[in-house]
Amino acid sequence: MRSRDLLGLVAGALLAGVSSVDAADYGQRPEVGYGKPVADADLVLWNIDIHTPDGANLPAGEGTVPAGKLVYEQKCIACHGEKAAGGPVYGTLVGGIGSMTKSPRVLTPGSMYPYAPILFDYVRRAMPMDAPQSLTNDEVYAVAAYIYNLNGLVPDDFKMNATTMARIEMPNRDAFVRDNRPDTLAERCMSDCKPIGTVADASKPAAAPR
Amino acid sequence: MTKAGDPRAAEAVSWGHQDEGEAAGVIMPASTPRRGFLKGAALAGAGLMTGSVAKAAPLPIPESNTVMGDPIPAESYGLPTEFEKHVKRRRSDVFKNKQNFSDWSMTPLQHQIGIVTPNGLFFERHHNGVAKIDPDKHRLVIHGLVDRPLEFSMDDIVRYPSVSRFHFMECSGNTLTDWREPKSVTVQQSHGLLACAQWTGVPLSWLLAEAGVKPEGKWVMFEGGDGSGHLRSIPIEKVMDDALLVYGQNGERLRAEQGYPIRAFFPGWEGNTCVKWLRRIKVVAEPDQIRGETARYSDPMPNGKWRQFSMVMECKSVITSPSGGMSLKGPGLYEVQGFAWSGNGKITNVDLTFDGGRTWREAAIEGPALDKCLTRFRYRWNWDGGPAKLASRAMDSTGYVQPTVEDIARVREISGFVQHHNGIFPWTVAQSGEVSNAIA
Repeated sequence: MRSRDLLGLVAGALLAGVSSVDAADYGQRPEVGYGKPVADADLVLWNIDIHTPDGANLPAGEGTVPAGKLVYEQKCIACHGEKAAGGPVYGTLVGGIGSMTKSPRVLTPGSMYPYAPILFDYVRRAMPMDAPQSLTNDEVYAVAAYIYNLNGLVPDDFKMNATTMARIEMPNRDAFVRDNRPDTLAERCMSDCKPIGTVADASKPAAAPR
Repeated sequence: MTKAGDPRAAEAVSWGHQDEGEAAGVIMPASTPRRGFLKGAALAGAGLMTGSVAKAAPLPIPESNTVMGDPIPAESYGLPTEFEKHVKRRRSDVFKNKQNFSDWSMTPLQHQIGIVTPNGLFFERHHNGVAKIDPDKHRLVIHGLVDRPLEFSMDDIVRYPSVSRFHFMECSGNTLTDWREPKSVTVQQSHGLLACAQWTGVPLSWLLAEAGVKPEGKWVMFEGGDGSGHLRSIPIEKVMDDALLVYGQNGERLRAEQGYPIRAFFPGWEGNTCVKWLRRIKVVAEPDQIRGETARYSDPMPNGKWRQFSMVMECKSVITSPSGGMSLKGPGLYEVQGFAWSGNGKITNVDLTFDGGRTWREAAIEGPALDKCLTRFRYRWNWDGGPAKLASRAMDSTGYVQPTVEDIARVREISGFVQHHNGIFPWTVAQSGEVSNAIA
């Protein structure tokens, strides 16, 4: 019995050794792949994201401010309100330019977006909320012309298209900075520490470190 | 989106009375049974060898001992007992949206046992409701700056060897109602855009290697199949490091509200990067700078600036028991419990204060303390019955120490809808035992 137990132990150790060798490929990329080739032509209806800084991938089409007002009043006004000033579901889409150094900052496509084509990308993919991707490209250009006109960024006779949209100068263009955290430098104080501060405390001069 | 008129009033209705019930919010001191024991021992010592004084009638036989139990149905998906009905995910009710399609629901962290959040309690955040997708029809595409654009069916995806990993997920907006004023009553409201699961799927690096990323491909765009076409761009380094394409969560396929049949998962990064109902991956040279990368998910900074692509969720912790809305019943021993987590690594230390931050003591970390994963801490606290101000402070494996909101407000702008709140979160315990939010 004793030698059989020993044999069992040895066999177990061998098995364990073998399985650990097998396990070495866990998490490693297998040599097989199951993706099937797909052509760009297959993806024309999917590839709708706009590279907003230069407007790359904006489609053909055009819209005017009056045409946009009609689209807006049919498809958008129920949630966003008269003249996009805010409605029963969402706040204003107009104004806020110059508010970024105030509190509160008023965030609208006019005040917030660094690049005008963001509005095309977003409206086409997500609006109206109950029928996303239902607007034609001309309708999206038109409603964008209407919204930016209400924000004072394009004139009444503006023709919004792939070329003109990318050229609109947005007031918030240079406001964005990349993540540079960690930006807090808290220390692990255990005794005789400064009590937990509040946001209001941050407007007072910093206490000398203890 | 607007704020609720009076969130505290709404809270009193939804939590204090209707749903929680009185008993659920009351914590008895752990020392009560011990005192009973000591009293009994003293009596025994005095020569009363019969032990404790008997009740008027013997304990009755429970009814459950006298009847047949419920039968096993032919098939079912099991649900918690009716006695746990108060443990529910709840729609945001402090920051109240006027519609419930681009909205969120919050995990009841005060009821969570262990580090894994049950799938039915895992918080939700959608941009246009919960998409319904037939997995047999679903297709995932990888294209853009790749040598071989590829299309995958779900059968293709589940055929790969898989990996399973435990990670937390936190919404970038977690705790955003509570910077300047204590708006939330419960920890579900203040911290419930947080949950943790075991995620199962395929490393995204495998699929991108199969497609062959071109040298100029530096970012990868992920787009969802929902009614918002939600989209985020992720640096290629993160995608090739630890990102997953997941179809499994806690032992089953993803729930619809978590992106069924597949979602992206970026361990430790804000929840909205983990694009649900994933259908398109596009390798690009630089981000598209779409709405969700500029006007949303960016942080106000001093001088009118906005910080963008701040996707790591930094080290944070919170005490879940005792926490807001609970009530301590008398002085004695209480086990303080809570969670710590970091998107930058493992939790190494959690300290607790009971005096508002003047002195701190180290809590016990209950393993496992995994990378980018909810980690539990515990501490035996003897409440003397006087007013106390409790908080936890976590430290992660990079040496980063969780800051106070004052520390954060000294380097960022706290104005409006401010995300990435990882501040130390204090609760006060009044002499009555009532526990309240004490962020300000």
